[in-house]
Amino acid sequence: MFRFIATASLAASIAVPAFADLTMVSLTYRTGPYAAGGVPFSDGYADYFTMLNERDGGIGGERVELLECEFGYNTERGVACYEETVDQGALVYQPLSTGLTLELIERVQQDEVVLHTMGYGLTAASDGATYPYVFNFPAHYWDGAVAQIAYLKEQNGGSLAGTRIMHMHHNSGYGREPLPTLEALAEIEGFELLSMPIDHPGEDQSAIWPVVEAENPDFILLWGWGVMNRVALESAVEIGYPMDQMMGIWWSAAESDLKPMRDAAHGYTSVTFHAVGDNFAIFNDLNELVYQRDLARGRMNNIGEALYNRGVAAAIYAAEAIRLAQSIHSVSDVTPAMVRDGYEQLTMTAEDFETLGMEGFTPPMEITCTDHGGGGLVAVAQWDSTLRKWQQVTDYYAPNDALIEPQIESASAAFAQSRGITPAGCP
Amino acid sequence: MFYREAGDYKTSYVDDSQTFPIALDRRIYMAAAVLAFLVVPFVMTDYLVNAIMMPFLIFAIAALGLNILTGYCGQVSLGTGGFMAVGAYSTYKLMTAFPDLNIFFIVILSGIITAGVGVLFGLPSLRIKGFYLAVATLAAQFFLVWMFNKVGWFYNYSASGQISAPERTVLGQAVTGANAAPWVSYLFCLVFVFALAWLTRNLTRGRIGRSWMAIRDMDIAAEIIGVNPLRTKLSAFAISSFYIGISGSLFFAVYLGAAEVGEAFGIQKSFLVLFMIIIGGLGSIFGSFAGAAFMVLLPVILKLFFADFIGWPTDLVAHLNFIIVGGLIVFFLIVEPHGLAALWRTIKEKLRLWPFPH
Repeated sequence: MFRFIATASLAASIAVPAFADLTMVSLTYRTGPYAAGGVPFSDGYADYFTMLNERDGGIGGERVELLECEFGYNTERGVACYEETVDQGALVYQPLSTGLTLELIERVQQDEVVLHTMGYGLTAASDGATYPYVFNFPAHYWDGAVAQIAYLKEQNGGSLAGTRIMHMHHNSGYGREPLPTLEALAEIEGFELLSMPIDHPGEDQSAIWPVVEAENPDFILLWGWGVMNRVALESAVEIGYPMDQMMGIWWSAAESDLKPMRDAAHGYTSVTFHAVGDNFAIFNDLNELVYQRDLARGRMNNIGEALYNRGVAAAIYAAEAIRLAQSIHSVSDVTPAMVRDGYEQLTMTAEDFETLGMEGFTPPMEITCTDHGGGGLVAVAQWDSTLRKWQQVTDYYAPNDALIEPQIESASAAFAQSRGITPAGCP
Repeated sequence: MFYREAGDYKTSYVDDSQTFPIALDRRIYMAAAVLAFLVVPFVMTDYLVNAIMMPFLIFAIAALGLNILTGYCGQVSLGTGGFMAVGAYSTYKLMTAFPDLNIFFIVILSGIITAGVGVLFGLPSLRIKGFYLAVATLAAQFFLVWMFNKVGWFYNYSASGQISAPERTVLGQAVTGANAAPWVSYLFCLVFVFALAWLTRNLTRGRIGRSWMAIRDMDIAAEIIGVNPLRTKLSAFAISSFYIGISGSLFFAVYLGAAEVGEAFGIQKSFLVLFMIIIGGLGSIFGSFAGAAFMVLLPVILKLFFADFIGWPTDLVAHLNFIIVGGLIVFFLIVEPHGLAALWRTIKEKLRLWPFPH
């Protein structure tokens, strides 16, 4: 049997080709209970790189080779995907999974590869001095939680004192991540925080909603992902819970969850770290060079949806960081360590976004060695079921640095200590 | 021509009762052990160790454990994932509470703790059998996962609810943590696999193993000839859980490095290990290894062939994987209910007669 494995492994090592191009990896989950979220993001990510290859011949003259590895939102298989691809010189990892991010943080520090977790992952990783290879701009979970509470406070007439807010969350690192911030805010604003964890995969919530009905909280914060969102929203409609008292994080705000609910989803709100809609100039290029030429990765039924756009944005950040790394090091075939320098000096102004065809997609931001979290600006969008579209209803909320900075400091230290990470420090 | 006793004279009782009585068999196993210990660590790439060898070794231990309970003693268990979680959380608590204790002993202690929990959940087996026992162990699975999620003490009240293994060394080499070299982790797991497989082989040939099999084949008859069902069933639960605890401990500390109970030790793990022993062969040590290798390698080979070689989309291959694994389980249940081990046994019989079958 060992001989059999040795033969198989020999075959495996031969089958792995070597690429001279810029190797990018897309860790996808097009299968399993979270596929509804995974598919549009990976499609957007792949389509943008295809467009770059078609339009500019890649980045700085180097073609982009995108390797896909399917992990089904399963952390173990995700780690196997990482191990498989990291040796092939992958430049950036964007796993779109908080569970996998927590696994990869130590590994990327060890292998010196960038891990960019856009609006997910470990919030404390915005402390760039401790996690030089991890980035979580443009906004992280704690920014999201702060904006949710700020919006609810406005809606409730400027005070949340005496209200009861339920934090209905995916029972994983993702759902638990905002708890410190929400608990601190509950203390400050004087509301009562009810925690309602829902276990993976979240299909069965029959035990949850009778409790919600009995508790009857004033507001529900929905921090779900995949099939859990859909079931939660439908269950809320079933017990007649008012939609405008439910508020999602950006991961529980996918069009694919809301469209099938028709008018029942009207008024559902969600925080978002980017503009909504599909009228960006980039779609002209994508349409002409990718969709029309039949090069699209997916079935083209999700183009322009929030998650698809987020995939495109993730690819834009990676591409711009690589471009910057190429100019910093004056070499087109960059290494993972060089790309890190590109990420760390990344500055995106409003004009940059306009040139890239994503005018006004996210607010301007600047990454520094100490701050890998970006601006942290978060706005609120509301679902309009007649237009079947998100409408941005507030301006961007500024992050509550006074509350979050000390929390990040202590959380970052605690995580680094538990994982044996020594802070690299900043010059 | 192969696997013949002819010419292999035993001149002492020790020789006669050795682990592998057939000379060729003995030499093959010795060669495999030498290969695994002395050659593989130096030729394997990091990816192969991490993606294939480590899960194979760790699941082989779990499959051995479940095979003792289900294959040898006939008690169906769906609690494997939960017991693996007990091993993992014991390891985490011991690692953080006693930073100076060697990881080797921590893994063994975790196995012993899991054995205790296994006995506790094995108590219903004295009254209930078959499907009803399966449901009782299923309850153990859900209860244990729920408990590790709910009680903050188990994960040291960490914010993410995850447990993560700090760096620990054996003989100066890091075994756990991000700095561990793959070949060190591989050898560390291999030592446990080798020792436990040896132990299983000898347990199942001895008095305990025979009493397990007596209970499996007909519990009333076994009781009449003097096999104590209480002691036999509980010893099967204890030893099986000991193995599964060790595999959970290694799975968390050495392989994953960090884990979340619902995802890493959910019901899918219980089924995965059960499929391993069904496909590999119930009541067979070779079957435990074959089943583990099969379930670990199949997705890798399918991916290599369809995604990397033919170039199909990865999601299609992932779906295909579900279909093929499901189909194979049905196929094995119908065509070869005794699994790969029985297939191997048939081949051996044929080889004994080859090339003159008449």
